[in-house]
Amino acid sequence: MSTKPKLYYFDGRGKMESIRWLLAAAGVEFEEEFLETRDQYEKLLQGGSLLFQQVPMVEIDGMKMVQTRAILSYIAAKYNLYGKDLKERALIDMYVGGTDDLMGFILMFPFLSAEDKEKQRALIIQKATSRYFPVYEQVLKDHGQDFLVGNNFSWADVHLLEAILMVEEKKSDVLSGFPQLQAFKARISSIPAIKKFLEPGSQRKPVPDDKYVETVRRVLCMYYDVKAN
Amino acid sequence: MSGKPRLHYFNGRGRMESIRWLLAAAGVEFEESYLEKKEDLTKLQKDGSLLFQQVPMVEIDGMKLVQTRAIANYIATKYNLYGKDMKERALIDMYVEGMFDLNELLMIYVIQPADKKEQHFANMMDKAENRYFPVFEKVLKDHGKDFLVGSQLSRADVQLLEVILMAEECKPDTLAKFPLLQSFKARISNIPTIKKFLQPGSQRKPRTTEEDVARAMKIFR
Repeated sequence: MSTKPKLYYFDGRGKMESIRWLLAAAGVEFEEEFLETRDQYEKLLQGGSLLFQQVPMVEIDGMKMVQTRAILSYIAAKYNLYGKDLKERALIDMYVGGTDDLMGFILMFPFLSAEDKEKQRALIIQKATSRYFPVYEQVLKDHGQDFLVGNNFSWADVHLLEAILMVEEKKSDVLSGFPQLQAFKARISSIPAIKKFLEPGSQRKPVPDDKYVETVRRVLCMYYDVKAN
Repeated sequence: MSGKPRLHYFNGRGRMESIRWLLAAAGVEFEESYLEKKEDLTKLQKDGSLLFQQVPMVEIDGMKLVQTRAIANYIATKYNLYGKDMKERALIDMYVEGMFDLNELLMIYVIQPADKKEQHFANMMDKAENRYFPVFEKVLKDHGKDFLVGSQLSRADVQLLEVILMAEECKPDTLAKFPLLQSFKARISNIPTIKKFLQPGSQRKPRTTEEDVARAMKIFR
């Protein structure tokens, strides 16, 4: 029985957004159940659906998968977005590790105090422009190909585009020193499946707002102060 | 040129320890270059050896691999510790990511400020005994087999043993309520390559002390 994958998470980006991106890039339709109340979450817990009591959780191919990286690796491999051999996989894993770390600085951003937000914004931009973007700029420059790895569209390309757009939301001209990344962004954005995902009405989630933060805190009973990393 | 893998890190566990475990379990000899002073790190950064200017870095098969997961994934696949198909991989990945989370909690205990230590200890042992260990106890109970996934040793088994031993260093009776994890621990510890790694004189690193952290901070600040 082949049904659509079903995503269990809040109605917002968080750790699930990279999974939405990857499914969309693979042209895979998916359903979503949004956690709005503590009750829903406890029901999932009691039903044994959450292996480590956490979301994201994705029902796919008869499994209730948890752990973002596990889910992403599975989807990438299943839909042929994980390179053609072990060495390409290693490159993809390295590149995705970098963009994951970069997006990690942004993940907790909505939960920070106003003062910490200012500092974190500066940190995100500094890391993006001095540590991460230069690497991908160089990779593209060195091989002159359209995609990061193996001259083929992969998870690494999707993840990098996602990271670029997220950082641009913090500073719109952040790519100004990176011509290769600008071209990359235009190129990957115009891939039909991705173009569709970037249009209004898709399942892409907007920049997290106070309502999102409130929902997460309520559902997870996460009322402590979140500090910047 | 086929040489042994070479690990670049400081002389301590940190994020490199899981890699040492995997290589050892696979019976792969490896060499280590220790960062001892800040200049050691800057040299690696300047000569372009560190993709994101960070360690761990492992020289293996002509590559300079960085990012702990990328390195572990490569080694696990190369040495057949990653299951036999996609579904086994999915299980292994889920389990290993959970262990990674627990490992993080155990790892950062030593850097907690004095007034936060007690609370952190309580939280990390609570997670170990109420979130993570019950899952793996149940996995073993449900299928009754020797290994966590499938019918052969995988990185999930190696990393579970690693995290069990780390937790026991913090709280020796942490496995009291988990009989299957106790027998798992004995069983996996007895595998020849792992038994060897657990003996004195191996490349396994001792428990991280506050002095180790202070020394590492000097390199990384």
